[in-house]
Amino acid sequence: MIDKATLAKLAENGLWKQNPGVVQLLGLCPLLAISNNVVNALSLGLATIFVMAMSSLAVSSARNFVPHEIRIPVFILIIAALVTIIDLVFNAFAHPLYLVLGIFIPLITTNCIVLARADAYASKNHPLHSAIDGVLMGLGLTLVLVVLGGIREIAGQGTLLSGIDLALGPQAKGWIITVLPDYKGFLLAILPPGAFIGLGLLIAGRNWLDMRAQRRAHLQARQAATQANAA
Amino acid sequence: MNPILRNASRTSVILFIFAIIGTAMMAYTFRQTRPIIEKSEQAEKLALIDQVLPKAFYDNDLLASHRELPADDLLGTRKSSGMWLATKNNTPSGIVLEAIAPEGYSGDISLLIGITAEGVITGVRVTKHKETPGLGDYIEFAKSRWVLQFNGKRLEENEPAQAAHWGEFRRSQNDKSRWRVKKDGGEFDSRAGATITPRAIVKAVRQALEYFHKHRDVLLKPIEASPV
Repeated sequence: MIDKATLAKLAENGLWKQNPGVVQLLGLCPLLAISNNVVNALSLGLATIFVMAMSSLAVSSARNFVPHEIRIPVFILIIAALVTIIDLVFNAFAHPLYLVLGIFIPLITTNCIVLARADAYASKNHPLHSAIDGVLMGLGLTLVLVVLGGIREIAGQGTLLSGIDLALGPQAKGWIITVLPDYKGFLLAILPPGAFIGLGLLIAGRNWLDMRAQRRAHLQARQAATQANAA
Repeated sequence: MNPILRNASRTSVILFIFAIIGTAMMAYTFRQTRPIIEKSEQAEKLALIDQVLPKAFYDNDLLASHRELPADDLLGTRKSSGMWLATKNNTPSGIVLEAIAPEGYSGDISLLIGITAEGVITGVRVTKHKETPGLGDYIEFAKSRWVLQFNGKRLEENEPAQAAHWGEFRRSQNDKSRWRVKKDGGEFDSRAGATITPRAIVKAVRQALEYFHKHRDVLLKPIEASPV
């Protein structure tokens, strides 16, 4: 099965080191289009996690039958078939959920992070590990989506969780948080340029945190070295 | 057979097998889910129609009364659009029309409009649009009550009887100016910063009513009698 160290490594890669949204910069097309508020972002994120887990599992299970030269077309075929099936099954058996997530599911086919993980990880690893990698990568993307959606929603409309009633029914209307009352709105944040600017800021923020951590580690190493020398 | 050819045929056979498996799985899922999906799509359509034409107005099978109307400038349509005829006790009681407001801020706004046999609006819903999220999208019923303003509106408030012989009816200046947003001197609300969207819809609904009066006799004819 899976040991703790592998799991921790997968989590670290998916959520921070190789985060699909702000490091690998894969899956930008849906990321930029859907991140105009938290509810949309979270919905797309959940759908992506689901598709990535399933596609990684399927690709990994089929990996021993796929010759290297044609792996990309076969993976695309598997992913496209899977997404179509998920789309149909959702539509038929979880219709209320489909009305919320439905438009996002075909969008996921265009998400290169799914194919990227299929090729880079699932094609070389055990199905269980691959599925977990898919979930964690999807989770990393969801995190970025939700943060970006939150920033754009607050800057653009002054609210959080607007539209939650469309996802969970009218009783959820009270969950909408008005962060900035009497806010006039800032259109740029909601329109596509806002997504690029917001994502740029997120990437910069993540790089800054990384560099600070590196500098600190470097400094500590140097201090340790001088202490050792002095002794 | 030379090795390159052998390798090529091997990989193409494998690709082919994967394609067959994928297609078979999709086809199977499609066949299994189609009846369920069709059912919920019909229910959805009926639910939408229910919003623009209350159930009390009809006792026929509304979905079965579906008819296609040819493209018309007054409906804003460039290809045929749908309509449903409501009857009660075998008398036509109203229709539901698909129309398009082509002058939206970002292109076409698709509308569903319910009209009684007397030409009174029973409801308007926006079914599809590309207006700016958070700005022009208050036309969606899910986002605001804006579209409810159309309920009970008609073209000529004082002379409903006129509607019967609409051919001679001349739209009075007064009536035309009522069918505008308040900013333009009419009686429909709009929100600051997003006037183009409601302006387009008000105009489209007014024109749909004009269309209804122009073709009233044909539209209200029961489906059996219509020459198709």
